[in-house]
Amino acid sequence: MLSILALTARRELLLALRRPAEILMPPLFFLVAATLYPLAIGPDQELLRAIAPGVLWVSALLAALLGLQRLFAADFADGTLEQALLAPHPLLLTVWAKAGAHWLLAGLPLVAVAPLLAIQYDMAPQALGVLLASLLLGTPVLSLLGALGAALALNARGGSVLLALMLAPLYIPLLILGSSAVQAEAQGLGSSAHLLLLAGLLCGTAALAPWATVAALRVALE
Amino acid sequence: MNLPYSSTAANRRAPHAPRVFAYAAPRHFFPLAAALTPWFAALAIVAGLAGLYIGLLLVPADAQQHDAFRIIFVHVPAAWMSMLIYLAMAAWAGVGLVYNTRLSAMMASALAPTGALFTFLALWTGALWGKPTWGAWWVWDARLTSELILLFLYFGFMALHASIDEPRRADRAAAILALAGVANVPVIYFSVIWWNTLHQGASVSLNSAPSMAAPVLAGMLLMTLAFWAYSVAAVLRRVRCIMLEREGSADWLNAKTGGG
Repeated sequence: MLSILALTARRELLLALRRPAEILMPPLFFLVAATLYPLAIGPDQELLRAIAPGVLWVSALLAALLGLQRLFAADFADGTLEQALLAPHPLLLTVWAKAGAHWLLAGLPLVAVAPLLAIQYDMAPQALGVLLASLLLGTPVLSLLGALGAALALNARGGSVLLALMLAPLYIPLLILGSSAVQAEAQGLGSSAHLLLLAGLLCGTAALAPWATVAALRVALE
Repeated sequence: MNLPYSSTAANRRAPHAPRVFAYAAPRHFFPLAAALTPWFAALAIVAGLAGLYIGLLLVPADAQQHDAFRIIFVHVPAAWMSMLIYLAMAAWAGVGLVYNTRLSAMMASALAPTGALFTFLALWTGALWGKPTWGAWWVWDARLTSELILLFLYFGFMALHASIDEPRRADRAAAILALAGVANVPVIYFSVIWWNTLHQGASVSLNSAPSMAAPVLAGMLLMTLAFWAYSVAAVLRRVRCIMLEREGSADWLNAKTGGG
């Protein structure tokens, strides 16, 4: 079981490494999108500190949407996904490997870029710590729900716009919890409650979303 | 999308199903829906006129809000229906997913536009009510925000269903999304509840006396009955259209419509 998981994940990462330009897409988008806000709003540091949690979280969410459409599409087109369905090991492993690889490629880099952006927005060190913690807890949820969306959109026309429309309402609780954790810390209220709820959301999503994703893949492959 | 079914779908029938399950077959449900629609439409008109008469003419103006409060007779029933229809839609979608019954999936598709309509109506009337009483068309309050997210959930369901050509796949994929949305509804509700909330709490609940005058409550319940009956009529009418679109080649339908 674990070896299958490791193999599938390794294959995903290898395929991504063959196209290094694509690996840089999500963190670059995150960087560019978050840079646009101060340019549009103005350099008022008070204001930037106030909007930083929300702006950075929205930008991260959009960056995580980027590669989703291709998550299952290539394997679906060339029959690899069908083989995974026929294989003796459960399809759940494939979903976990895919979502995990997506997180490593499109989620974790966002956490790495975040400190850079925090400097631009003049965030306090404690607030930055909470931002990193909330992103670490939250980006896996983005990948898990994103995998569900990508699986549902396999036979659909409409591509990335449809994905955004489907996933936006599902992402909203995560967005609220993630950004309000940083806000609460910045206002001196403490962020442990928000972070614990984020962790709970991650556990719930990890339990339910892959299972729903398998169902969605079966629908696409039947 | 609602394209005609391919006739390859196996038609399995449970051996000893109770009589009522016969209506799970489109061919039996089609005439039933046709027979029920006018009754519910009539009920909607009668209850609606009675509710509007009470709400607009019988009930005196509110001490604080004057005539502005009268929008409650549309606003609250619409908000109730928007949530109820989502649950009904998700329930039908779930039944269709589990038991593979075509009619359930058609019901889910037929419910979505009406649900989205009431969600929009609740938001719109809320804005009309908010302007004179709160001084703003829109505030980022927990209730308003959850209702807006509910509208997005309806849009997502309809968009996904519309963008998959094969009806069976569209049904099943949209059903999974609807169920994911249901799991999300309480999460949405509690995640937004921490914001400073302006919207008043519920005035009507099952375990306490209502905090409003009896005629107001009567008018509101009559309007709720009217909206509910309208929803049933509209959805039954729509589900018949969906059946015609999908099963257009079926013999029982051609016998009915004289088509070929």
